[in-house]
Amino acid sequence: MSSGTGAPIDGARPAGTAPSPDATVVLGAAEIGRALTRIAHEILERNKGGADLVLLGIPTRGQPLAQRLAQRLAEVEPGLEAVDLVGSLDVTMHRDDLAQHPTRTIGRTVLPDGGIDGKVVVLVDDVLYSGRTIRAALDALSDLGRPRAVQLAALVDRGHRELPIRADYVGKNLPTSTSERVSVLLAETDGQDAVLISGGAR
Amino acid sequence: MSTRYLLRAVAPLGGDAVDVLLADGVIAAIGADASAEAGPDAIEVDGAGLVLLPGLVDLHTHLREPGREDAETVLSGTRAAALGGFTAVHAMANTTPTQDTAGVVEQVWRLGRDAGWVDVRPVGAVSVGLEGEQLAELGAMAGSAARVRVFSDDGKCVHDPVLMRRALEYTKAFDGVVSQHSQEPRLTAGAQMHEGVVSAEIGLAGWPAVAEEAIIARDVLLAEHVGARLHVCHLSTAGSVEIIRWAKSRGIDVTAEVTPHHLMLTDEEARGYDPVFKVNPPLRTAADVEAVRAGLADGTIDIVATDHAPHPREDKDCEWAAAAFGMTGLETALSVVQEAMVDTGRMTWADVARVLSSTPAAIGRVEDQGRPLAVGEPANLTLVDPAARRTVVPEEQGTASANSPFRGRRLPGAVVATFLRGRATVLDGRPQDDPDGSLRAVGREAAL
Amino acid sequence: MKHLLSAQDLDRATAIRVLDTAGQMAATQSREIKKLPTLRGRTVVNLFFEDSTRTRISFETAAKRLSADVINFSAKGSSVSKGESLKDTAQTLQAMGADAVVIRHHASGAPHMLAHSGWTDGAVVNAGDGTHQHPTQALLDAYTIRRHLVGDGGRADVTGRDLDGLRVVIVGDVLHSRVARSNVQLLHTLGAQVTLVAPPTLVPVGVEAWPARVSYDLDAVLADEQPDAVMMLRVQRERMSTAGGGFFPSPVEYSRGYGLDGRRLRALADHAIVMHPGPMNRGLEISAEAADSPRAVIVEQVANGVAVRMAVLYMLLAGEQTTNVKVEAA
Repeated sequence: MSSGTGAPIDGARPAGTAPSPDATVVLGAAEIGRALTRIAHEILERNKGGADLVLLGIPTRGQPLAQRLAQRLAEVEPGLEAVDLVGSLDVTMHRDDLAQHPTRTIGRTVLPDGGIDGKVVVLVDDVLYSGRTIRAALDALSDLGRPRAVQLAALVDRGHRELPIRADYVGKNLPTSTSERVSVLLAETDGQDAVLISGGAR
Repeated sequence: MSTRYLLRAVAPLGGDAVDVLLADGVIAAIGADASAEAGPDAIEVDGAGLVLLPGLVDLHTHLREPGREDAETVLSGTRAAALGGFTAVHAMANTTPTQDTAGVVEQVWRLGRDAGWVDVRPVGAVSVGLEGEQLAELGAMAGSAARVRVFSDDGKCVHDPVLMRRALEYTKAFDGVVSQHSQEPRLTAGAQMHEGVVSAEIGLAGWPAVAEEAIIARDVLLAEHVGARLHVCHLSTAGSVEIIRWAKSRGIDVTAEVTPHHLMLTDEEARGYDPVFKVNPPLRTAADVEAVRAGLADGTIDIVATDHAPHPREDKDCEWAAAAFGMTGLETALSVVQEAMVDTGRMTWADVARVLSSTPAAIGRVEDQGRPLAVGEPANLTLVDPAARRTVVPEEQGTASANSPFRGRRLPGAVVATFLRGRATVLDGRPQDDPDGSLRAVGREAAL
Repeated sequence: MKHLLSAQDLDRATAIRVLDTAGQMAATQSREIKKLPTLRGRTVVNLFFEDSTRTRISFETAAKRLSADVINFSAKGSSVSKGESLKDTAQTLQAMGADAVVIRHHASGAPHMLAHSGWTDGAVVNAGDGTHQHPTQALLDAYTIRRHLVGDGGRADVTGRDLDGLRVVIVGDVLHSRVARSNVQLLHTLGAQVTLVAPPTLVPVGVEAWPARVSYDLDAVLADEQPDAVMMLRVQRERMSTAGGGFFPSPVEYSRGYGLDGRRLRALADHAIVMHPGPMNRGLEISAEAADSPRAVIVEQVANGVAVRMAVLYMLLAGEQTTNVKVEAA
């Protein structure tokens, strides 16, 4: 089975595959770290603490980001354990664009022991673009339970929304043209931390 | 006066090029005399590079008429035969009504005569209705205008040993021969293809080789015991070849035939579940193909017979288990034999004449066919271009049915001309009811 | 993967992918809301020329859980005149817009013919053809084996794992069994070692070419091989009364030699599981004691069948419909 050829879909680039060599680094490792720290504080501030909080990372790269956020929350707020906060939410089976791409591998959905009913669920993803992934995530969530509220944290918001969806917490706003490609690399999946942009007017 | 033909520079049995003159239904002259005696009205045929053979004689064909005219008629089948280089065919008895009385065999004989493409020799059924219970009126059929000499329940086996014995004995009275379709019915109930590695894997019920060999072994011993002739239809396994070899070494009067498809195709063809490869006896293994080739080359197998078995599309355009058994073959036989045996160096054109003309004529007691290429002999002849190569397109063939297993294959050799008692049935590769090919566009309806 | 006609169509990577996907599907089936929108708008036709309520319901459930529309067509062979019906039926389904056809047919090769004839554009899933193949059965059997014997009864994560080194014994009418053929191929592909046990009359000529050992002695095999899984095949009673006096003399003799009774059940290793594709002939090839014992996973096989069939339908229908469907790596 070959990994996907053709234009990779943002956020779905298989772990360990390289973006094009002419890419520009827009966020380095240190900047990513600071952004995550800031987002963690914002989450706690908005929700007045960490009670009833659940972070669900959207595979692939939303997952390690959610882990890191959970770690930071547990460091800052007393009484929180990262493992109780974090889980993953695979949205493949709720996507509306399956027929436009080769068959996708289904990722794992793992909820923390406390479930999501009555909780504040923060969805975590690496890039927010058209919003369709998040729409699928909301559908998937509604099949799993009834959260009290749903919020969204994205490391990068690159604009071009096709649905009325916005992020509550953003690492970096990155205006892009649709011909450009935004690639996120994370140590857990790609061996380094970076946000790259490539393509566009050349 | 009939048309005269001057065949220029043809190679009789693949030998040196000579001119041959056909006049008044016979070979009138060979060599320098031919052009000398030809006269101004003789039609010249450019025979450069062409091989001259005695007209082919098929000991095993299904013309389907009466009863299954949706698959073939005597007219379309014999026309196809002529296109394949044949000047005589033996029409098998499994028609509806069965060819088991003088009346029906005479009907088929007459249809063949009126069509005029080849000599049709109807085969008489051994048993009434092919039911394997009671001897048919073999004597009446032998004495009829059709002069039947070959008797067969082909399609079915004469499995009852007592009935087989009686038939072998009875035919001695009029120099007839029983041609046995060797298939033990109980060992092959529901069988779909050769029983072996392929059938086990693809889940089709198997037709074991022993079901053929056991009957042949029994029959040669019966023939020996009662002192009768025996002919074995469409022999297909290595074991069968060995039994025939053994029987002949004992002096048993047995002859055997092999089909062109058994000389070339194996059971691997069934993997695609295309019923065009479904046939009885089934396609066997590569080892069996090699054994029958060797048997044909060394004379253990006496002749090639087509077992031409046309079927309408709906009988083949379905799942394997529901499909009919059989393949067409009149128009591809010579090419297949050339590819399998001549081009591989195992047989010469003289051998081809032996196995496709003179020996089948001898077995069928057809006096005026399969004759030597000599002055005075009846001009039943075939002219072949061995250097030609053609792709098999069943829809363009003369036969009314399209179930050829050689669809899409490029095969060597092309029949350029066929003469039936000095009259050209095929000239320039075209049937003489359509000499300029204009009817070909209309399709086979033109032939019917 | 455009069609699933035979276990032979699945290489090791694809087979593992199906099992992993089935695992994800199974996870969704333990939630309160079992339905997923993934195949919404797709039409799956169950084309069953042979009676089989269980398999048909399994496929129907699988398709509906993925929100596909399901059309059931049942044509029990006898009244339908030969092959015309297959072609005509297929063309009718094409006109109705079938995205997938799940076909069970009494003639080996019918699904192959459907897939390659050009009568229908949809994906073809073989739900059992004659004595040839039953690939989804083999997949659910492999899934069950993996879950128990590699996954420690479901406690361990088995994503990406195969069945390397496991010993599986399949007992019964191998000659007529499409389940046996599919299982031999798939288990071998996944690295398991297969032994077939049957009376000689029920072993096909040509079995030497299969990647499996053959034995006529069940007790010897159980003792020598200590299998991890024993799969009992259904024996049809009609096999005792066909031409030539049947394939074996009597039910009692069959059970004595090849039935999984209490004694043989107790001879199995502690961790070994007992399987059966169903429906069972209790008392013939499997005793009630064995069928109801804690090591029998027969009921679970049925449940796993839904998840596996969901996975197959997902992999055939969810992605872009080209002739060569590539699956993205995780």
